[in-house]
Amino acid sequence: MEWAVFLPAAALAVAGGIGVVAARQPVHSAIALLIVLASLAVTYLVLAAQFVAVLQVIIYAGAIVVLFLFVIMLLNVRSGEGPAVKLPRQAVAAAAVAAGYLAALLVAALGAARPFPAVPQGFGTAQAVGAALLAGYLLPFELAAVIMLVGIVAAVLLGRRPPAGGEGR
Amino acid sequence: MVPATAYLALSAVLFTLGAAGVLVRRNALIIFMSVELMLNSVNLAFVTFARQHLSIDGQVIVFFVLVIAAVEVVVGLALIVDIFRSRETVDIDDVDLLRG
Repeated sequence: MEWAVFLPAAALAVAGGIGVVAARQPVHSAIALLIVLASLAVTYLVLAAQFVAVLQVIIYAGAIVVLFLFVIMLLNVRSGEGPAVKLPRQAVAAAAVAAGYLAALLVAALGAARPFPAVPQGFGTAQAVGAALLAGYLLPFELAAVIMLVGIVAAVLLGRRPPAGGEGR
Repeated sequence: MVPATAYLALSAVLFTLGAAGVLVRRNALIIFMSVELMLNSVNLAFVTFARQHLSIDGQVIVFFVLVIAAVEVVVGLALIVDIFRSRETVDIDDVDLLRG
Protein backbone atom coordinates (compact mmCIF):
# COMPACT_ATOMS: atom_id res chain seq x y z
CA MET A 1 0.00 0.00 0.00
CA GLU A 2 2.74 2.45 0.97
CA TRP A 3 4.71 1.44 -2.12
CA ALA A 4 1.80 2.53 -4.31
CA VAL A 5 2.19 6.05 -2.87
CA PHE A 6 5.96 6.09 -2.56
CA LEU A 7 6.97 4.78 -6.00
CA PRO A 8 5.13 7.41 -8.10
CA ALA A 9 6.26 10.17 -5.73
CA ALA A 10 9.88 9.01 -5.88
CA ALA A 11 9.79 8.68 -9.67
CA LEU A 12 8.31 12.17 -9.99
CA ALA A 13 10.91 13.57 -7.58
CA VAL A 14 13.83 12.09 -9.52
CA ALA A 15 12.35 13.20 -12.86
CA GLY A 16 11.83 16.68 -11.46
CA GLY A 17 15.37 16.75 -10.10
CA ILE A 18 16.74 15.88 -13.52
CA GLY A 19 14.50 18.60 -14.92
CA VAL A 20 15.88 21.21 -12.51
CA VAL A 21 19.45 20.44 -13.50
CA ALA A 22 18.94 19.83 -17.21
CA ALA A 23 16.34 22.42 -18.26
CA ARG A 24 17.48 25.07 -20.71
CA GLN A 25 15.14 27.78 -19.45
CA PRO A 26 15.13 28.85 -15.78
CA VAL A 27 11.31 28.84 -15.84
CA HIS A 28 11.28 25.14 -16.67
CA SER A 29 13.74 24.53 -13.83
CA ALA A 30 11.41 26.33 -11.42
CA ILE A 31 8.42 24.22 -12.51
CA ALA A 32 10.51 21.05 -12.17
CA LEU A 33 11.54 22.20 -8.68
CA LEU A 34 7.85 22.63 -7.84
CA ILE A 35 7.24 19.00 -8.90
CA VAL A 36 10.09 17.79 -6.68
CA LEU A 37 8.77 19.75 -3.69
CA ALA A 38 5.23 18.44 -4.14
CA SER A 39 6.34 14.81 -4.43
CA LEU A 40 8.60 15.18 -1.39
CA ALA A 41 5.62 16.51 0.55
CA VAL A 42 3.81 13.27 -0.35
CA THR A 43 6.72 11.18 0.96
CA TYR A 44 6.67 13.21 4.19
CA LEU A 45 3.04 12.22 4.64
CA VAL A 46 3.94 8.55 4.26
CA LEU A 47 6.72 9.10 6.82
CA ALA A 48 4.23 10.33 9.45
CA ALA A 49 5.41 13.94 9.20
CA GLN A 50 2.16 15.69 8.37
CA PHE A 51 3.15 19.08 9.81
CA VAL A 52 6.40 19.11 7.83
CA ALA A 53 4.46 18.15 4.69
CA VAL A 54 2.13 21.11 5.15
CA LEU A 55 5.09 23.43 5.79
CA GLN A 56 6.76 22.09 2.66
CA VAL A 57 3.76 23.00 0.53
CA ILE A 58 3.15 26.39 2.15
CA ILE A 59 6.72 27.66 2.46
CA TYR A 60 8.59 25.94 -0.35
CA ALA A 61 5.94 25.59 -3.03
CA GLY A 62 3.96 28.63 -1.96
CA ALA A 63 6.66 31.14 -1.17
CA ILE A 64 10.09 30.12 -2.40
CA VAL A 65 9.16 28.88 -5.87
CA VAL A 66 6.90 31.90 -6.39
CA LEU A 67 9.84 34.12 -5.44
CA PHE A 68 12.01 32.30 -8.00
CA LEU A 69 9.35 32.77 -10.67
CA PHE A 70 9.04 36.48 -9.85
CA VAL A 71 12.77 37.01 -10.19
CA ILE A 72 12.94 34.99 -13.42
CA MET A 73 10.20 37.15 -14.90
CA LEU A 74 11.72 40.33 -13.49
CA LEU A 75 15.13 39.67 -14.97
CA ASN A 76 13.78 38.44 -18.31
CA VAL A 77 17.04 36.59 -18.88
CA ARG A 78 17.82 35.70 -22.46
CA SER A 79 17.11 32.03 -22.91
CA GLY A 80 19.82 29.45 -22.63
CA GLU A 81 23.45 29.69 -21.75
CA GLY A 82 26.30 30.36 -24.12
CA PRO A 83 27.54 27.30 -25.95
CA ALA A 84 31.04 27.71 -24.55
CA VAL A 85 31.95 24.76 -22.35
CA LYS A 86 35.29 25.84 -21.03
CA LEU A 87 36.52 22.38 -20.07
CA PRO A 88 36.82 19.59 -22.61
CA ARG A 89 34.68 16.50 -21.92
CA GLN A 90 33.03 18.32 -19.01
CA ALA A 91 29.86 16.22 -19.26
CA VAL A 92 31.77 12.93 -18.99
CA ALA A 93 33.81 14.15 -16.04
CA ALA A 94 30.68 15.48 -14.32
CA ALA A 95 28.86 12.16 -14.78
CA ALA A 96 31.82 10.18 -13.43
CA VAL A 97 32.23 12.42 -10.37
CA ALA A 98 28.48 12.35 -9.72
CA ALA A 99 28.39 8.54 -9.92
CA GLY A 100 31.25 8.19 -7.46
CA TYR A 101 29.66 10.73 -5.15
CA LEU A 102 26.31 8.93 -5.30
CA ALA A 103 28.01 5.63 -4.46
CA ALA A 104 29.74 7.16 -1.42
CA LEU A 105 26.48 8.77 -0.25
CA LEU A 106 24.55 5.52 -0.66
CA VAL A 107 27.11 3.56 1.36
CA ALA A 108 26.99 6.14 4.14
CA ALA A 109 23.21 6.58 4.21
CA LEU A 110 22.09 2.99 3.72
CA GLY A 111 24.44 1.82 6.46
CA ALA A 112 22.39 3.83 8.94
CA ALA A 113 19.01 2.45 7.83
CA ARG A 114 17.07 0.35 10.34
CA PRO A 115 13.57 -1.13 10.18
CA PHE A 116 10.82 1.35 11.03
CA PRO A 117 9.05 0.87 14.39
CA ALA A 118 5.29 1.37 14.59
CA VAL A 119 4.20 5.00 14.76
CA PRO A 120 2.66 6.08 18.07
CA GLN A 121 -0.53 8.12 17.97
CA GLY A 122 0.03 11.82 17.32
CA PHE A 123 3.63 11.57 16.02
CA GLY A 124 4.51 14.38 13.65
CA THR A 125 1.39 16.46 14.16
CA ALA A 126 1.59 20.22 14.49
CA GLN A 127 1.00 19.76 18.20
CA ALA A 128 3.96 17.40 18.65
CA VAL A 129 6.35 19.50 16.56
CA GLY A 130 5.19 22.73 18.22
CA ALA A 131 5.63 21.30 21.71
CA ALA A 132 9.19 20.20 20.92
CA LEU A 133 9.92 23.52 19.22
CA LEU A 134 8.82 25.67 22.14
CA ALA A 135 10.25 23.43 24.85
CA GLY A 136 13.70 22.20 23.85
CA TYR A 137 14.36 24.48 20.89
CA LEU A 138 13.17 27.84 22.21
CA LEU A 139 16.49 29.67 21.74
CA PRO A 140 17.05 28.49 18.13
CA PHE A 141 13.40 29.34 17.45
CA GLU A 142 13.90 32.94 18.61
CA LEU A 143 17.21 33.17 16.72
CA ALA A 144 15.40 32.03 13.57
CA ALA A 145 13.09 35.02 13.96
CA VAL A 146 16.10 37.33 14.22
CA ILE A 147 17.65 35.74 11.12
CA MET A 148 14.41 36.29 9.21
CA LEU A 149 14.37 39.95 10.22
CA VAL A 150 17.99 40.34 9.10
CA GLY A 151 17.10 38.66 5.79
CA ILE A 152 14.19 41.03 5.20
CA VAL A 153 16.33 44.09 5.96
CA ALA A 154 19.11 42.79 3.68
CA ALA A 155 16.67 42.13 0.84
CA VAL A 156 15.15 45.62 1.13
CA LEU A 157 18.60 47.20 1.20
CA LEU A 158 19.90 45.18 -1.75
CA GLY A 159 16.75 45.63 -3.80
CA ARG A 160 16.71 49.41 -3.37
CA ARG A 161 17.60 51.42 -6.44
CA PRO A 162 20.56 53.70 -5.76
CA PRO A 163 19.29 57.29 -5.41
CA ALA A 164 19.98 59.37 -8.50
CA GLY A 165 23.16 61.38 -7.97
CA GLY A 166 23.38 60.18 -4.39
CA GLU A 167 26.24 58.43 -2.72
CA GLY A 168 24.79 54.98 -3.52
CA ARG A 169 24.86 52.58 -0.68
CA MET B 1 5.91 -1.10 4.18
CA VAL B 2 8.55 0.98 2.44
CA PRO B 3 11.91 0.52 4.19
CA ALA B 4 14.17 3.37 5.27
CA THR B 5 16.66 2.40 2.55
CA ALA B 6 14.23 3.47 -0.18
CA TYR B 7 13.83 6.95 1.30
CA LEU B 8 17.54 7.34 1.93
CA ALA B 9 18.37 6.19 -1.60
CA LEU B 10 15.91 8.78 -2.99
CA SER B 11 17.52 11.40 -0.78
CA ALA B 12 21.01 10.47 -2.00
CA VAL B 13 19.94 10.59 -5.65
CA LEU B 14 18.35 14.03 -5.22
CA PHE B 15 21.40 15.36 -3.37
CA THR B 16 23.70 14.12 -6.13
CA LEU B 17 21.52 15.76 -8.77
CA GLY B 18 21.63 19.04 -6.86
CA ALA B 19 25.40 18.90 -6.39
CA ALA B 20 25.89 18.13 -10.08
CA GLY B 21 23.64 21.06 -10.96
CA VAL B 22 25.66 23.45 -8.81
CA LEU B 23 28.91 22.28 -10.40
CA VAL B 24 27.81 22.05 -14.04
CA ARG B 25 25.30 24.85 -14.65
CA ARG B 26 26.37 28.46 -15.11
CA ASN B 27 23.04 30.25 -14.73
CA ALA B 28 23.02 31.64 -11.19
CA LEU B 29 19.25 31.08 -10.86
CA ILE B 30 19.51 27.41 -11.78
CA ILE B 31 22.45 27.01 -9.39
CA PHE B 32 20.23 28.42 -6.66
CA MET B 33 17.46 25.96 -7.50
CA SER B 34 20.00 23.12 -7.34
CA VAL B 35 20.96 24.29 -3.85
CA GLU B 36 17.27 24.11 -2.92
CA LEU B 37 17.22 20.57 -4.31
CA MET B 38 20.09 19.59 -2.02
CA LEU B 39 18.42 21.18 1.01
CA ASN B 40 15.26 19.23 0.24
CA SER B 41 17.08 15.93 -0.08
CA VAL B 42 18.65 16.54 3.34
CA ASN B 43 15.19 17.33 4.72
CA LEU B 44 13.96 13.99 3.42
CA ALA B 45 16.84 12.24 5.20
CA PHE B 46 16.00 14.11 8.42
CA VAL B 47 12.34 13.11 8.23
CA THR B 48 13.30 9.50 7.47
CA PHE B 49 15.58 9.31 10.50
CA ALA B 50 12.95 11.01 12.65
CA ARG B 51 10.58 8.22 11.61
CA GLN B 52 13.22 5.55 12.17
CA HIS B 53 14.13 6.67 15.69
CA LEU B 54 10.61 7.98 16.47
CA SER B 55 12.28 11.21 17.54
CA ILE B 56 10.50 14.47 16.79
CA ASP B 57 13.84 16.34 16.77
CA GLY B 58 14.44 15.43 13.14
CA GLN B 59 11.21 17.15 12.13
CA VAL B 60 12.04 20.22 14.25
CA ILE B 61 15.35 20.52 12.42
CA VAL B 62 13.52 20.34 9.10
CA PHE B 63 11.54 23.35 10.30
CA PHE B 64 14.77 25.28 10.90
CA VAL B 65 16.16 24.22 7.53
CA LEU B 66 12.98 25.58 5.92
CA VAL B 67 13.37 28.92 7.71
CA ILE B 68 17.03 29.27 6.76
CA ALA B 69 16.30 28.22 3.17
CA ALA B 70 13.63 30.90 2.88
CA VAL B 71 15.98 33.60 4.19
CA GLU B 72 18.80 32.34 1.98
CA VAL B 73 16.61 32.50 -1.11
CA VAL B 74 15.44 36.03 -0.29
CA VAL B 75 18.97 37.36 0.19
CA GLY B 76 20.44 35.35 -2.69
CA LEU B 77 17.80 36.44 -5.18
CA ALA B 78 18.25 40.07 -4.08
CA LEU B 79 21.98 39.68 -4.78
CA ILE B 80 21.28 38.15 -8.20
CA VAL B 81 18.90 41.00 -9.07
CA ASP B 82 21.56 43.49 -7.98
CA ILE B 83 24.24 41.78 -10.08
CA PHE B 84 21.87 41.70 -13.06
CA ARG B 85 21.22 45.43 -12.73
CA SER B 86 24.88 46.32 -12.87
CA ARG B 87 26.16 43.68 -15.30
CA GLU B 88 23.12 42.62 -17.36
CA THR B 89 23.87 38.94 -16.87
CA VAL B 90 23.24 36.07 -14.47
CA ASP B 91 25.93 33.86 -16.00
CA ILE B 92 28.43 33.21 -13.23
CA ASP B 93 31.29 32.96 -15.73
CA ASP B 94 30.75 36.63 -16.56
CA VAL B 95 30.86 37.72 -12.91
CA ASP B 96 34.62 37.50 -12.45
CA LEU B 97 35.46 40.84 -10.86
CA LEU B 98 37.51 39.15 -8.13
CA ARG B 99 39.59 37.09 -10.55
CA GLY B 100 43.24 38.04 -10.19
